[in-house]
Amino acid sequence: MATLSETQQQARQAAQAARLRRIVRQALTYSLMTFLAFFFLFPIVFMLVASVKPDRLVISELDSIRAFIPDPAVLTLENFQGVFRRVPFEQYMFNSIFITASIVIGGLIVNSMAAFALARMQWPGRKTLLAIIISLIIIPFEAIAVPLLYQVNRMPWLTDGGWLDSYHVQIIPFLADAFSIYLFYQFFISLPKDFDEAARVDGAGFLRIYSTIILPLSRPVFATVAILQFLQYWSFFMWPLMVTRGEAHRPLMVGMQQFFGEAPLVWGQIMAYAAMVTLPVLIIFLMFQSWFVRGITSSGVKG
Amino acid sequence: MQHKLFGRYALGESASALLLGGPAFLLLSIFLALPFVRAIQLSFTNQFLVQPRNQPAQNVGFDNYDRLLSFSLIQLDPQLDPETGDWQRDRRGDVVFRWRPRTPPAGYENLVGFNILYTFKAPDLPLVPESVAGRYHALMAKDPLFWRALFNNFYFALFVVPIQSAFALGLALLVDQKLRGMTLYRTIYFSPVVTAMAVISVLWIFLYNPDRGLINRLLETLSFGGLGPFRWINDPHEAMPAIMLMSIWQGAGFQMVIFLAGLQNIPEDLYEASGIDGAGTLAKFRFITLPMLRNSIVFVAITTTILAFRLFTQVEVMTGGGPENATMTVIWYAIEQGWRTGQGNVGYASAISVIFVSIVLIISILQRGIIRSDNVLER
Repeated sequence: MATLSETQQQARQAAQAARLRRIVRQALTYSLMTFLAFFFLFPIVFMLVASVKPDRLVISELDSIRAFIPDPAVLTLENFQGVFRRVPFEQYMFNSIFITASIVIGGLIVNSMAAFALARMQWPGRKTLLAIIISLIIIPFEAIAVPLLYQVNRMPWLTDGGWLDSYHVQIIPFLADAFSIYLFYQFFISLPKDFDEAARVDGAGFLRIYSTIILPLSRPVFATVAILQFLQYWSFFMWPLMVTRGEAHRPLMVGMQQFFGEAPLVWGQIMAYAAMVTLPVLIIFLMFQSWFVRGITSSGVKG
Repeated sequence: MQHKLFGRYALGESASALLLGGPAFLLLSIFLALPFVRAIQLSFTNQFLVQPRNQPAQNVGFDNYDRLLSFSLIQLDPQLDPETGDWQRDRRGDVVFRWRPRTPPAGYENLVGFNILYTFKAPDLPLVPESVAGRYHALMAKDPLFWRALFNNFYFALFVVPIQSAFALGLALLVDQKLRGMTLYRTIYFSPVVTAMAVISVLWIFLYNPDRGLINRLLETLSFGGLGPFRWINDPHEAMPAIMLMSIWQGAGFQMVIFLAGLQNIPEDLYEASGIDGAGTLAKFRFITLPMLRNSIVFVAITTTILAFRLFTQVEVMTGGGPENATMTVIWYAIEQGWRTGQGNVGYASAISVIFVSIVLIISILQRGIIRSDNVLER
């Protein structure tokens, strides 16, 4: 009997030790992860906090905890008011939203239709065209920025205004996107063929097959492409910098540089501007988080 | 059998396909394929954005490439101090070289138009030939700025690609654990990805401020005064590391998500089987996780490398290529040449773009070679 209870006791001790080890390990994991969370969040939290503080405190409170937790007694919106006084923020915001939305929505339509034609229709040369489009993915925009600027500089447009310093110069070149077509193609080709064949026998046209059969089945890939395009063009910087001269068509990212062009450098206002640019996207991201993650994942490789 | 595009109007299948795909195909040709072909063609001309009236654009053959790529290694002696006869030194104690690109010294007549890219002293070691040992040498280039930009891009890639990939893999392993609250941590680590680079760059200018910046303050506090103050983007040696750190901070979450998907595709029973065989955590990581993640790792490494060569926004907003060209990148230099400077040297910028695409192409071909490609054409 004595030996049995001894082994029982040993087993219990071992189990306790194992549990203790697990607790210690979890505690270590959580502290490491919390430290990392601080690393990823501190610039964003700092930006948000600095935007609601009086400008003089933004710098003077840098080395206290007040850099991250604002004193409720001094909260102010003066930085935000300052932003609206100094730059046409509403105009920039509208420009950014209008340009990005046009690219995303227009891009979804033209790219998905092209992928549909490539994936679900039989016509000579489609394989060659697909191969060409896939090889176009490799060309980064940066490589064609200068030649494209040279090209649009002498391209005709409906009105006398031409292409430079306009909305269309920031939208039309980016509607068609080889990578979006590729993502759509990958999805469309995996859908069973019988659906549209049955519809064809019933006499449905291609546009009907596309809109009533393929579209409803393809919501995930539409979300993926929309999110990837949104992220890319909301933060688009190089091209708008090159083609916008005045304030009328300038998007938020380029407008931000204005704070550096002219004295005085008011960091509180810059942080307020940054917060107003970042917050809407962060909120959208938090709302559609799983879609973002899924979108990014499917842009990578499987496995 | 006659197929139809719209219900009523009969149209052949090919015509329908062209009607549906036409807009995208046309836009891609005009705004992607055409500028790319034009880039190649323009790179052989001296075309300007605003062409001077009395000087029409001409075909200049390989002149642009010659100017970009010509380089040479020569032995070059420092300037001598006329009084002491010793090597002349500047305020920082570095030896001074004199070189006039238009009238090079005797013996170097073939190097007209070249400038000093980099000087170094050959080591005075036993195996080094006597004619070389201990003497100063200079790398000469017709356009030292381009080589500096190329070097900076490789420097950036060399550090950012491995560090960011390893960091992202670590993050993925952390948030892949079956513990409470992992979604929250994943969201936090990912959040910099959805903030725009132009905004982040401005934010970090402030964080990097040498006197009052938050990062110097944090480092000082955390190290009890042992670290810093750093001059970050104001110092030629610290500027590129500063941009690297910020880029890693911004992009790691993106790759974490890709690794996470890879991790979740690894069948659980592999780990269980190896657990029965007595494999420890490290062994499991080494012999199951890493091999199973091979494709994700290659994908992440390649995309990060290409992103490293596309480096522009951070440089444009934070440093403008400086200080002392320490953060100049190939793309920044191309934009500088083709757009910012007076008339815009489109021909020269196009040549830079063509070299840039070639580098990206080589990286992509390497990717094809390493990764088992999921070829959609063969389905």
